[in-house]
Amino acid sequence: MGGSQATFASADQKLWFERMRDKGWFAPGWPTQYGGGGLDAHRVRVLEDEMRRMKCRVPQVNIGIWMLGPVLLEFGNEAQKARFLSPMTRGEEGWCQGFSEPNAGSDLASLKTAAREDGDHYVVNGGKIWTSGADKADWMYALVRTGPATPKHLGISLLLIDMKSPGVTVRPIELISGASKFCQVFFDDVRVPRENLVGPVNGGWTVAKRLLQHEREAMSKMGDLNLPTQCELVPTVRRFLADRAAPGDQAIRLRAVNCAMDEHAYHLTVARMGQEAKARMDVSGLMSIVKLVHTEQDKRKSAVLIDAMGNRGLGWEGDEFTEDELTTVRQWLLSYTLTIAGGSSEVQLNIVAKRVLGLPGN
Amino acid sequence: MNDMVFSEEQRLLADTARDFLEVHCPVTALRRLRDGKDALGYDPEAWRKMVELGWTAIPFPESLGGLDFGYLGMGAVFEQMGRTLAASPLFATVVLGGSALLLGGSPAQQAAHVPAIIAGERRFALAVDEGRRHDPAAIALAARKTGDGYTLDGDKVFVLDGQVADWLVVAARTSGAAGERSGISLFLVEANAPGVRRQGNAMLDSRNAARISFDGVRVSAEALLGRADEAWDLLEEILDRGRACLAAEMLGIGQWLFDTTTKYLKERVQFDVPIGSFQALQHRAAWMYAELELARSAVMAGLAAVNGAAAERRQLVSLAKAKMGTVLERISGESVQMHGGIGVTDELDVGLYLKRGRVARHTLGDNDFHAQRYGEGIGLLERLS
Repeated sequence: MGGSQATFASADQKLWFERMRDKGWFAPGWPTQYGGGGLDAHRVRVLEDEMRRMKCRVPQVNIGIWMLGPVLLEFGNEAQKARFLSPMTRGEEGWCQGFSEPNAGSDLASLKTAAREDGDHYVVNGGKIWTSGADKADWMYALVRTGPATPKHLGISLLLIDMKSPGVTVRPIELISGASKFCQVFFDDVRVPRENLVGPVNGGWTVAKRLLQHEREAMSKMGDLNLPTQCELVPTVRRFLADRAAPGDQAIRLRAVNCAMDEHAYHLTVARMGQEAKARMDVSGLMSIVKLVHTEQDKRKSAVLIDAMGNRGLGWEGDEFTEDELTTVRQWLLSYTLTIAGGSSEVQLNIVAKRVLGLPGN
Repeated sequence: MNDMVFSEEQRLLADTARDFLEVHCPVTALRRLRDGKDALGYDPEAWRKMVELGWTAIPFPESLGGLDFGYLGMGAVFEQMGRTLAASPLFATVVLGGSALLLGGSPAQQAAHVPAIIAGERRFALAVDEGRRHDPAAIALAARKTGDGYTLDGDKVFVLDGQVADWLVVAARTSGAAGERSGISLFLVEANAPGVRRQGNAMLDSRNAARISFDGVRVSAEALLGRADEAWDLLEEILDRGRACLAAEMLGIGQWLFDTTTKYLKERVQFDVPIGSFQALQHRAAWMYAELELARSAVMAGLAAVNGAAAERRQLVSLAKAKMGTVLERISGESVQMHGGIGVTDELDVGLYLKRGRVARHTLGDNDFHAQRYGEGIGLLERLS
């Protein structure tokens, strides 16, 4: 997690962070004037491929760079770019995303957090939920209601809110996995300068749709970050089943083989998407299934691993269980989160049905 | 390496194939063959035109008069053949027979047969299966060394194009016991040689598959294709080329079913709205799309792998055949179901695609066969044979 509250697990990790920052490779495709690497799309791809091949950690988890940054480059004014982009690429300011509300989940456009004009400020009241990393973030980009409630998507704007502002309260939410990746955020008469509004007033929905495209890519990056290193399916299943044979093992092996094949087909699809993009083909259809397929497959895979572990896969904490076992259990619980966060599987299917297949709305 | 995207030339080949097949091998042609109980199982006029288009020359090197266009090119044609359910000797003769000659044949054997295959003058069939399910290691048909040649005794089943072929490539056991990978040899046998008895069977997909009995069939030593007792790797490589092309054909079948069903969802009105506006059907259609794209990637990778290293080839070809088989089962089931009552009538073409898909899925190993093979390859499953 980048930003003013960034912490490092080791000196090496800090060094990796600093080296990547100094190369401008937190955002390799951005202009150098904002601290980016200044690389063209092809070179960015080469860099990403090489880093993946060498199994490099993502140097900084910062959704500011992955999601807001590209949108600021497209929709932001010069002052906003100058103010916000460089601290991201220096790793000094971390961001969180304020989209979902308690009563606006999949139906995001029904959001109610209000930003009322007051001189050269907006006054924000309401709250956000499922905000990843809000407790550590310096800033939030938030969708707020600046206009009428109907039609609901035409009264929304994108506002950048300093999390240190008076009236902002953050409460972490404990998940079934025991982690607190998400927070609830409350706004109580929070004053935000008007120059922090990105794009046109009441034009935030268009900006948000673009942001969500980046979100799906980022979620699959986060997935890469979270899962495969701990849960390489085949060696893990083999390790657990090697212990001693038991009834049901053969069925588990077959399920594991099917998961391995599905995962293989997924990786081939990601590779094909890259090749098609390079050949200037339309890859929007493939893009729209990446998050859906990746997270659904992970859920099935995690369940097979847990079954392979037997009662070793039921431990919560303590010395009886190995680090490996406990991590796998937590990852299994986390897999339930990932098919909901960042647009649930059902929302992804709606998108495929309407935008890719052109099926009629109702 | 852009090995999962068709090159410009391969795309052009696919487009040509698509245009040609829509005119010369539409589904109505298959219905005619079926309803006329055609003994050939394909339209010889359409086959002659495929030969003219050069399809029989695609996988062969230029030194043998071929186009050296590779298996992505072959796959591009088979995908289109899947779209119209085109029946032809291309698979059994060129892919299976041709690969046997190309990979295992002596220069003399190649010179004797390949030009005739390319010219469309000679048809081949590969006789492998003997039991209920595909299991090449279980080959028991005996080839005993007698005099300066061999004598073949035993039965083969489900030999594609077996009853129309001029020549047979027969996988036989020259040593060891059924179930062992060593001791298998391949022979070139004239289909009308004394002692060969062929019985054509009407299959689900209206194509030909034969039961063939070998009763003291004498062949010379020159009939041996490759080395005696050591044909396992050769046979696997031949079969993998066939499997990759079948997967490509199944991709075409799946794509046609998916396109047709999606179109129907937009047109069919119930409760005053197109049924495609119902979320229950939208989500199932979206999953079909996602699964078909995953299968497409596996099929492309499988086609690209047939010339590669053996271990990678086995893994990717089995992935392609298994994944495509699973996905096609899902899509054909959904296609029938979403069409409702009309979906189970003979009048609608969907049923013909369901039937051909089922035969293709079983041919040269179904999903379970290839899941087993893939699992052995990654060390999760023990070798069964």
